[in-house]
Amino acid sequence: MTVQAIKELLNARVLNGEDALQNEVFTACGSDMMSDVLAHVNDQTVLISGLCNPQVLRTAEMMDIVCVIMVRDKQPDPGMIQMAKDRNICLLATALPMFTSCGLLYKAGLRGGARIGE
Amino acid sequence: MSLKYHVTPTDFTRAGEASSDVKNKLKKLGVSPDIVRKVAIAMYEGEINMVIHANGGDINVDITPDAIVMQLKDVGPGIVDIDKAMQAGYSTAPDDVRSLGFGAGMGLPNMKKNSDTMDIKTVLGQGTTVTMTVNMPE
Repeated sequence: MTVQAIKELLNARVLNGEDALQNEVFTACGSDMMSDVLAHVNDQTVLISGLCNPQVLRTAEMMDIVCVIMVRDKQPDPGMIQMAKDRNICLLATALPMFTSCGLLYKAGLRGGARIGE
Repeated sequence: MSLKYHVTPTDFTRAGEASSDVKNKLKKLGVSPDIVRKVAIAMYEGEINMVIHANGGDINVDITPDAIVMQLKDVGPGIVDIDKAMQAGYSTAPDDVRSLGFGAGMGLPNMKKNSDTMDIKTVLGQGTTVTMTVNMPE
């Protein structure tokens, strides 16, 4: 699935990374706990989160996460958007809540990428 | 190559800057992506721990053709029970840290998982030194 397809499914705004919309995403992870993301997530993943602070982008940077989607209509401040620009991280925002966002993406064929218990 | 960083206490927004810098330097050196990722995750978890638990501290990173050695040294309160701290899900982080997305009790286990060796030296009331080594592929 492309980031563009995710954008359309979630009716999301692009806050950074218009040029990354054709990038391919293989798996998704929905979490507000960055500790869990750091412990379990795979490559080529999109991170869906309601947490809106710089550590979400820092986590994405460390994990080579392709795209971060802010749910529940969270509005990252200009500093965060700049941080996404500096690190070349695609940043989307949707008004949908976490459960609905994950459900829509799952229904469209995206699967979880967390490796629990390895 | 030897890199040195100071981790500022309680400045949560800047936590991870040192790890970010190391990650970029390793990428520029042409180190394989798997190794870069392991180092980045292990060091970032350690850096976050230093901010949450230990009033910051200092990090030394030595990069040689054989391995990347990260030494994270703080003068914080020390770890009361290392065995418990190594259990996935065990955390002594305060609630306000959890609201920032950390404190799930995955930090030390994840640091161990992403390094080839990890050594913890801790003295209550004096501080903790964590040394992690990630070996370069043969």
